[in-house]
Amino acid sequence: MRILLRPQCRTVDLSGRRTVARLLHELGIVPGTAMVIRNDTLLLDSEMVEDDDEIEVRAVISGGAA
Amino acid sequence: MKCVRCRAKPEVYLRAHNSAFCRSCYVEYFRRQVERAVRRQRMLAPGERVLVAVSGGKDSLALWDVLAALGYDTTGLYLAQGIGEYSTRSRALVEAFAAARGLPLRVVDFTVEDGGMAVPDVAALTRRSPCAACGTLKRHYFDRAAREGGFDVLATGHNLDDEAARLLGNVLHWQRDRLARQRPVLEPSHPAFVRKVKPLYLLSEYETATYAFLRGIDYVVEECPNAAGATQLVYKDVLGRLEAASPGTKAAFVREFLRTGQPAFAAEPTAPPATCTRCGMPAFGEVCGHCALVAEIARKRAASLHAEAP
Repeated sequence: MRILLRPQCRTVDLSGRRTVARLLHELGIVPGTAMVIRNDTLLLDSEMVEDDDEIEVRAVISGGAA
Repeated sequence: MKCVRCRAKPEVYLRAHNSAFCRSCYVEYFRRQVERAVRRQRMLAPGERVLVAVSGGKDSLALWDVLAALGYDTTGLYLAQGIGEYSTRSRALVEAFAAARGLPLRVVDFTVEDGGMAVPDVAALTRRSPCAACGTLKRHYFDRAAREGGFDVLATGHNLDDEAARLLGNVLHWQRDRLARQRPVLEPSHPAFVRKVKPLYLLSEYETATYAFLRGIDYVVEECPNAAGATQLVYKDVLGRLEAASPGTKAAFVREFLRTGQPAFAAEPTAPPATCTRCGMPAFGEVCGHCALVAEIARKRAASLHAEAP
């Protein structure tokens, strides 16, 4: 599967079926800090992603000076 | 797992609420949360004109979308800060958002205001951090636009994560004056101010991002280039880890502060702002921070021209 990380605009290729929660863990992303999108739909942590999927992982955290 | 409202397949799961929602029910849930915050905190009254500060990011566009959907009289305010491609892109998205919905939009262009106040130029000339320069300018132009436009309220898209990170920073440095002013509603402390409200203050960034996504709002995903390494992002990262370990931590942190801590800090006597002798806006000295910055820029530009003269 091909993962597009935004806003970094970096792609990562992974193989093997896994849950969204597992995918985020492998990417080092804290739960609740990114949306996982496939075919214009949000995925829950419990859903499976497959080898031929194109996934966008979009961070939700933004901010400037405190 | 099923949608808590209609039992359909869910698209969003909120850990802090242990609740899942389908797309349409989530949009309804989000709007009701905003409506409840506005009502409970008495942020907006019927018939008031609301100026919504929009950056092109998810929070401010989600806020404008909700307030317009709830029937409020809203006008967008976009500050074009002159931060290269980032400003070009965010302005285009804001203009497209407003045009698609037929909503009025005002634009303040930093590159032409007060002789040219683009954030990168101001930061370079004054050796301030871009975020410090931007903060001073944004506050002034927000306040001025609200006053000159005759608006009753200025609404900003600050969310729960913003408020929790700000609270953590204020507590770590025991900024008593800032803790006293950290509220979802700020009544004007000077005749040139309007009321300032934060209707998203109890909705997390995840919630505002999912709302924007599910509503098909095209927002700027890229971060401001000056935000890299910003302290607020460090605080948000820490709070995000605490939230993952114990869902609901951020909301409890902010809610309990507002219930018990903030009133104690607000009870301490503070002097109201004076009036800037140059622009008439509030100031804590003879001139406001904005006018001091404009004067410093003018001096440095004049000195630079003088040095270059043959």
